[in-house]
Amino acid sequence: MFDLKKFFSKKPSSSDVARDRLKLVLVHDRANCSPELLEMIRGEILEVLEKYVNIDSSKLDIRISNHEREFDGKPALIANIPITSMKRGQNN
Amino acid sequence: MGEVIVITSGKGGVGKTTTTANIGAGLVNLGKKVVVIDADIGLRNLDVVLGLENRIVYDLVDAVTGECKIKQALIKDKRFDGLYLIPAAQTKDKDSVSEQQMVDLCNELRETHDYILIDCPAGIEQGFKNAIAGADKAIVVTTPEVSAVRDADRIIGLLEAAEIENPRLIVNRIRPDMVRRGEMMDLADMKDILAIEVLGIVPDDENVVISTNRGLPTVADEASFSGQAFRNIALRITGQEVPLMDLELDNTVMGKIKRLFGIGK
Repeated sequence: MFDLKKFFSKKPSSSDVARDRLKLVLVHDRANCSPELLEMIRGEILEVLEKYVNIDSSKLDIRISNHEREFDGKPALIANIPITSMKRGQNN
Repeated sequence: MGEVIVITSGKGGVGKTTTTANIGAGLVNLGKKVVVIDADIGLRNLDVVLGLENRIVYDLVDAVTGECKIKQALIKDKRFDGLYLIPAAQTKDKDSVSEQQMVDLCNELRETHDYILIDCPAGIEQGFKNAIAGADKAIVVTTPEVSAVRDADRIIGLLEAAEIENPRLIVNRIRPDMVRRGEMMDLADMKDILAIEVLGIVPDDENVVISTNRGLPTVADEASFSGQAFRNIALRITGQEVPLMDLELDNTVMGKIKRLFGIGK
């Protein structure tokens, strides 16, 4: 049966929603790490880095991933931290 | 030497017991000698699914504690020659059996049978640990739901930690019509997320309810769609290569009639 309402709606299908929710929940399950814990780790990493460099926090990406090939599906902390400039006084 | 396979899922109600009964009967129909063990002490069910509830004298706890000989606890299924059930104890608790006792039981049974299938209780506590203690291999049953797949993932991790390598997945109760509409996760999604080998897919089929009402495994029903799925799974367990079922089969009454006559998909 052709469902016009569904055809015109932009809502993703419920199976896509299920898959995405599942993936997200498993990232935390597998890493045994809650979003709160990740937030704490992120905060402390930045605190240390900010002593030495300036960071573009809008492009910051810190997460736990299970999909990194080189880690064989095991959870890995992936951090992409763009540095805008070195802090003064670090080079001497 | 027989092989000990535990059938587990984490979450309850996904069809472990039905799967155990059907794989057991399916293997017997392939000429194998099979024992199915209900490890769900306190909540036994495999006996009623197999229609053997009136024949219980001794149970799993009696067998492992030496109350009776193991042979006495084996209930012979008269309809499937070569199928035996060891029922769970209904009035005792999960700590009535130890992991070592399960290992010993499995080792004794594998001397005389081709396959020992253990129906694992839901959960990850002692009952689960007992059920997997003597197992060489594991089958993880799930359904296409977030909660069931999540629990399956946890179970896969625990099985690997217990050094039961390469568990295989059965996705139960797939509804092809819902998958087609995008309202149910499909096999590719689950395979991708859980990253384990797929042993089989079983469509949601009212025949399972009907045959369970009668205490007969669906696998014996030649015309049923899910019965075919379980027959395929049994074949794969014996090492035969059988392609996964086409769930897009026409499963209407007319389609079934056509199939009976060998025409149509």
